[in-house]
Parts: sequence; C-alpha cells; structure tokens
Amino acid sequence: MSESPIVLEAKGITKQFPGVLANDNVNFDLRKGEIHALLGENGAGKSTLMNLLYGLHKPDKGEITVNGKNAIIHSPNDSIELGIGMVHQHFMLIPVFSVAENVMLGDEAVKNGSLDRNSVAKKITDISKQYGLDVDPNALVGTLPVGIQQRVEIVKTLYRNAEIVILDEPTAVLTPQEAEDLFRIMRDLTARGVSIIFITHKLKEVLAVADRITVMRAGRVINTVKPSETDSAQLANMMVGRQVILTVDKQDHEAADEILKVEGITVRDQRDLETVHNVSFSVRGGEVLGIAGVQGNGQTELSEALTGLRSPTSGKVTIDGKDLTGKPPRIITEAGLAHIPEDRQRHGLVLSYSIADNMALCDYYHAPFSSRGVLQPKALDENARKLISAFDVRTPSAFVNAGKLSGGNQQKVIVARELSRNVKLVIANQPTRGLDVGSIEYIHSEIIKMRDRGVAVLLISAELDEIMALSDRIAVMYRGQIVAIVEAKKTTREQLGLWMAGAHVQTA
Amino acid sequence: MQSEKQSNSLIKRILQSISDASLVPFLAILTAVIIGGIIIKIVGGDPFLAYKGLIEGSFGSPELGLEKSLKAISETAVWSTPYIFAGLAVALAFKGGLFNIGAEGQLAVGAVFSALIGYALPEWLGFDLPVYIHLPLAIIVGMLMGGVWAGIVGALKAYTGGHEVINTIMMNYIALNTTSFLLNGVMKDRSPTNVIARTPLIAESARMPAIFDGLRVHWGFVLALLVAFFIWWLLNKTTLGFEIRTVGLNPDAAQYAGINVKRTIILTMMLSGMLAGLAGSIEVTGLNYRHELGFSIGYGYDAIAIALLGKSHPLGIVLASFLFAAMRNGATRMQFLTQLPVDLISMIQALILLFVAADAIIRYIYRIKSKGERVVLTRGWGG
Ligand SMILES: Nc1ncnc2c1ncn2[C@@H]1O[C@H](COP(=O)(O)OP(=O)(O)OP(=O)(O)O)[C@@H](O)[C@H]1O
Ligand SMILES: [Mg+2]
Repeated sequence: MSESPIVLEAKGITKQFPGVLANDNVNFDLRKGEIHALLGENGAGKSTLMNLLYGLHKPDKGEITVNGKNAIIHSPNDSIELGIGMVHQHFMLIPVFSVAENVMLGDEAVKNGSLDRNSVAKKITDISKQYGLDVDPNALVGTLPVGIQQRVEIVKTLYRNAEIVILDEPTAVLTPQEAEDLFRIMRDLTARGVSIIFITHKLKEVLAVADRITVMRAGRVINTVKPSETDSAQLANMMVGRQVILTVDKQDHEAADEILKVEGITVRDQRDLETVHNVSFSVRGGEVLGIAGVQGNGQTELSEALTGLRSPTSGKVTIDGKDLTGKPPRIITEAGLAHIPEDRQRHGLVLSYSIADNMALCDYYHAPFSSRGVLQPKALDENARKLISAFDVRTPSAFVNAGKLSGGNQQKVIVARELSRNVKLVIANQPTRGLDVGSIEYIHSEIIKMRDRGVAVLLISAELDEIMALSDRIAVMYRGQIVAIVEAKKTTREQLGLWMAGAHVQTA
Repeated sequence: MQSEKQSNSLIKRILQSISDASLVPFLAILTAVIIGGIIIKIVGGDPFLAYKGLIEGSFGSPELGLEKSLKAISETAVWSTPYIFAGLAVALAFKGGLFNIGAEGQLAVGAVFSALIGYALPEWLGFDLPVYIHLPLAIIVGMLMGGVWAGIVGALKAYTGGHEVINTIMMNYIALNTTSFLLNGVMKDRSPTNVIARTPLIAESARMPAIFDGLRVHWGFVLALLVAFFIWWLLNKTTLGFEIRTVGLNPDAAQYAGINVKRTIILTMMLSGMLAGLAGSIEVTGLNYRHELGFSIGYGYDAIAIALLGKSHPLGIVLASFLFAAMRNGATRMQFLTQLPVDLISMIQALILLFVAADAIIRYIYRIKSKGERVVLTRGWGG
C-alpha cells in the first residue's frame, strides 16, 4: 500500500471543547484507494477529528492538506469542493423526500427553472450500477430500512464526486448481512480509487476490511498498524490502555421464580402490520434470557409491547404475577422494570438536558429526586456523579448536555441509569451498541451482577457474541415468532445462525 | 480554593449562558433600530430626534421634568403588563412544544368573564362584596375561563391530533365574534349616552388599586413580575415543569419516562390559556374597569413576537415586554417631536421580529457561528 500517494493529511490537529481536549496534536493520513480504520474508546475524539476534516468544527491548531495542497476547510461546502464526503453517525436525510430529492439537496439540478428529477434519478441509477449500491431513486426515504438509508448517504457523497469518504460507525445499526454488503461496497469503491476512513468499535470488522488501523485514546493517536501485524487483544489493549477480557466471566446460577411471563402476545407496528405473532416465553429471577435474531424480525415491537410503549393486540404480559398487559410505561416501571431502549436518541435521552437530568429521567418524580413536586438538584447531582464514575462516562461534569457527549457515552448514561435502578426485571435492547470494548466488558459484568442478585434479564441483541456470552437460555426470533428456545450451553453459533436464517428445526 | 474555583466557574457559566441567549435578540434589535433610522431619514425625518422622542416618551428625561417623566415610566409599566402575561402564555406553550396562536382569543375570554363578574355579580347576589373577595374572584374566573378555552385546543390535540395552530386560530374567531356579540347585546353598557360596544363599569370592589396616587400603574404590574418569576420556578424547579419541558423537547422520551403525554399537553395548553386569560382580567380589573371591544387588538399576536424575542425565558419575556411597551408608549412623543406617523413604530417592531425569527440572517450579518445542535433529520446513530 505504501506506494500509493497520500490524499489527505492532518498535521498536529488540536481541538479543545469546554473542559475536554478532544484532539491533542493528532497526526493522521489517508492514502489513495485504502481503507483506513479509526479505532478508539468512547470519547477518544474520533468523531471530532472527522468533523474537523469535514469542516463542521474548526481546529484550534494544526493543518490539513488534501492531495498535497494546504486545504482551508471552513464548512462542509469547502470539504465537498475538495472531494470529501461524510456519512455521519446521524444521517442527515429528510424522511418525507424521495431518495433523488435527498441526494440532490443542496446541489439541485435545474432544468428550465424547475427541478430536474429525471437527470438526477439517472445519475443515481448510474452510481448504483457502478458501485453495486442498490437504491430506488423514487422511494421515500422515511420508508426505507436503516441499511438502505445509509446507502442513500453514500450515494449522496458519490453524487458530489467524493474521492474521500468518511464513514462514522456505519455498522452499528446494520444487520450482519447489511454490514457484509457495506464491506463489499467499500472494497468496490477503493478499487476505483476512492479512499475511505472507517470508524467502528468492532475489532473483527477492522481486522477484516482495513488496510491500516489507527488507534486513538484520550484525544491522541496511540499508533498506526497493519491488520497483518496485530490481533484483537492487542488492539483492545492499545485502545483502552490495559488488558481487556474479551470473554465474560459467568458462574452457573440457580434461577428462582418466574418474573416475566409472556403468553401468546401479538403486536402490530405503526403501519398496522402484525410483526409479532403469538409469542410466549418467560424469564425467571436470576436468569438471562437472550433473544437472538436478525434485526427487523419483530424484536423492536416485542420490547415496545413489554415496556408499555405499544399495546399488544392480544395476549397477556405479567411481571411478578401482576397483569400488566397494555399498561402505560409508568405503571410497568413501578412494577419493577428497567428498560434500556433500542433507540437511544429517540427514547432514551433528552439531548438538551444535562446528564444529571437524564440520569433521573424515569425517577424524577419521587424521592430523593423530588419532594412535594419540587426537584431536588442536590440529589440529582449526587446521583449523576456516582453513576458517572461507576460507569466511566467521559464528561467534564454532570451539567453537560447529553447531546454534547460522544455517541458511546450517551449510551453509557442510559445504561448507567437503568442498571442502577432497584428492579426485578431488566429489558435490555442492544445495550452495548456503539460502545468500546472496555465499556462492553464493564456493562456485561454489571448485567451478570444483576442476574446474580436475582434480577430477571431479557436481553435483545443483534450481536450473537453478546447473546452467547451473557445468556442462560436463548430464544431465536424469526419473522415475528419464537422459533426455538434452548439452553445456552447446549447450542452453537452455527445452530443459532441456522434458526435465525429461518431453518425451522424445533427442539428443546 | 477548590470551591471558590467552582463557584467562579458557575458564575461564569451563568453569565456565559445569559450572553449566549441574549446576543442574537440584542443584535436583532440593534439592526432593526439602524434600518428603522435609515427609513426615517428617507421619509425626511430626523432619526436621532425620533429615537430621542421614543426614549423620552417611554422613560422620561430631565427635559420633561419629574412629573412627566414619572408618568412616562408609569405608562410604560401599564403597557408592559398585558404583554408580560400574554408573552408568558405563548412562551410556556413553546416550552411544552405547542404553538399557542390563540392568546388573543383567550385574553378576550378572560376579559369578558372578569368584566361580567366585576359588574354583574353584586346585582345577581343583591348585595355588595368586599374587595378581598370580589377582586380575586373576578381575576380568577377570567383566568380559569382563559384556561378552559385553551384547554379545549389541548384536548383536541391530545385526543384527535388536531393541530393546535389551526385550532387556536379557529377558537380566536369564535372568541372574538362571541365577544362582539355579547358586548353589543346582553353585556352592553346600557347607560343612555353610550354608543360603544362595551360592558358597564365594574364595581369598585372588583378594581385593582393604583400603586401610587396620580399614576395609572397598578398592582397588576407587580403581579405580572411575580407571575413571571413563578413561571420560571414552575418550569425549572418542579416536576410538573420537568414534564412540560420533556414533552416539549422529546415526546418519545417523555412517554418512555412514564410521563402522561396527553395529559401534559392538555395541562400545558390550560396553563398557557390561564396566563393569557390573566392578561385580559388584569386589563379589566386594573386599568379599564370594563371590557371594551377592540381594546386588546393585537396583544395576543404581539405576545408571539415577545416570546420569540425573549427566547421563551421568563426574564427575557419581561425585558421584551418592556421594550415593546416602551415603543408603544414612546411613539406619541416621537410623533410630537418629528411629525412622523406612529406606524413607523409598528414597522420597527416588525423588523425586530423579522430579525429574531430569521436568526440565521443575524448570524450571517454578524458572522456568529451557531452553537446549537445541527438539525437531525432522520435519526441514525448518535455520536
Ligand atoms: N460539541 C461538543 N461540545 C462539547 N464537547 C464535545 C462536543 N463534541 C464532542 N465533545 C467531547 O469531545 C470528546 C470526544 O468526542 P467524540 O465524539 O469525538 O468521541 P468519539 O471518539 O467519536 O466517541 P464514540 O465512540 O463514543 O462515538 C468527548 O469527551 C465529547 O464529550
Ligand atoms: Mg463518535
């Protein structure tokens, strides 16, 4: 790879946010046609560095060169001009616009004074063909699954002739199949001379697709290595600065009485399609039941129905013997539920609230957080400080708005809040999505601790590794049904994979 | 040492947040004043004299003498009173994620009911009431009816999804036309000389006393300031305020947190309507001693501008209300000194509003980088 020229170089980049040195004298370069992976803990400064390259922030110090020339990047317009495209962790698409309209937004094609949708659609089709990026230019973006929305974002960058593409944690929301597709697309792009910066927390992905890997920690670059010269353990070590145990230490544990009991529930989604059909299972105290399955097989609606965000159309849900079918979230919470929601920014946080307020989002109305209807800032603050240090949330203080935190640290705020509540049942939906290996290790151990204390845990995760590591029993969900429930010890990844793909072999 | 440093940074943080919040409104006012000055010049007036007149008319000056100056200040306070209440009404709704365009109608409803209680209750009862019963009753009934009026819109929003902007506008039509009907009909002042659509005068026992002899400024102004403080406290320090803000900022998260979103929407609308109703009640009991058709024209709409200019913060509302009141009040003297039409004031107000609303223009003119979070259109993955 060393022959290809450097297309993008950042030298001595420093960026200070209030109370946080997000980038500290960072040097980074990208060669033509390579995939350069960027690894690092939550809050290490990866997104910040990318935002600087893309012109969303201005560095305090340092310079950026593109194709050997000094680049002055004040705004995304400048970086687009220089051939840099970015797919954010937050997509920037307008749901009520079509794919073509979204793609041309900000760079509209005009013919005789009106929008020239046809020529745009044609160009999109050309790009789709050329790079194997299947999208329908006329589809409404809001109706597309996330994986396809992400493709639209990539098409958008290519439409603007980007030769450098930044992908910030693109795989966090993708199914394994969608991730494989993305990697294929990435390789196609690099074969055509496009250079890619790829951010992820999944070490396996890095080792599989990257040409070079740069590791950041606490705002600094620790090292740049080649995948052939390293392995997961060493990368994890570089990221966190200590040994990370990549397996979970879990002792056998006697399960107690049934806490959550689900009897034949059926749920419809907002389009009124039945996405969960007649599902039954139960979780006992001191037990982790993992729900494995490819995303989009009804897990979201199932967990919404169990937590009160959506009413099941039939069936019965009981917690500790109490019938809670179709009850509102407050009643279910008070019956002893903690819920880590799947979509952290939609349900889990109020981004413009402080960390302290967010950490009491479900408990603000009773002691010690309030007394006779008046909030108690001291108690809120104390609680936040305690959780920030226990869960290692990287923030200058408890007053910082949740929206200012890095993605992974936002997740930690939710997990800390929910796992610290005194409950009988935890429903954890993708609890470690977007977290670094060190944080995953800690949260896994917390979940196991809760289980050992006798709490019932329902774990819903798209990560088979996570399901295998934590669960005592595993249920597989396929097309809205539970197709198998097995003892975790008595099954294999391969068997689960088959069930997840729809091979209906009923056992156990 | 440590704690000193901490309190220092706390003060710094507060100052910082105040200056962050007020920078754009301040520059918007400045820009409007400059453009207004240019326009005055173009139409042949003297901008400096005009602004001098405006300031003198609203806050007095040594030239005017003590008595006239006090009167000017008193009148500015009088003008600002309904602005503060109505501005708070719109701001509270904003905080709850609702756009209450109906302050105008809610205000009229409040005024009608306060006037009714004020003049008719003693007749109905057949005896006079003491002021400590009659006055609060008149105010509270007006306030509550404003709340009910807006609450209807809240309920429509919560249970049918009907948009509050459309429904508050509809309710404005109903309120204003019904008021007109009543003031020309059953509630009309029957005194032989009267030809105006207005109620009879309210009883002495329903009138709010003036604070100082000889000046019109009344205790309603003090009440407005107290209510502004109360609303700040309610929004920021209580669990109810937490619920209102959470529903306003992220209804999905509010539902997740166990907040009854529908109930909160209705409650927010009711509280908002109560504040607007208060604006009407206080004008009746503190200033006019009756309700007259057309007295309140535009307060409810100016309130939207005030809430925007004050960034929906109670302190900001009070300051923005002073500004609007000063402009309205000072206009007469401006006209007297320069012979310019009073309409210029409305134009400058419109310019301020334009620049506040078009935040981006001000940011562009003065090259201020937006600190706010970027608009997230579809939600991908936080980071
Ligand atoms: N706009 C901002 N204002 C203040 N602080 C910020 C802002 N953006 C980021 N930070 C801080 O800068 C640090 C680096 O954040 P960044 O988002 O770059 O992390 P990251 O490496 O992308 O982490 P993650 O893996 O969790 O996404 C964090 O401590 C974060 O709190
Ligand atoms: Mg990030």
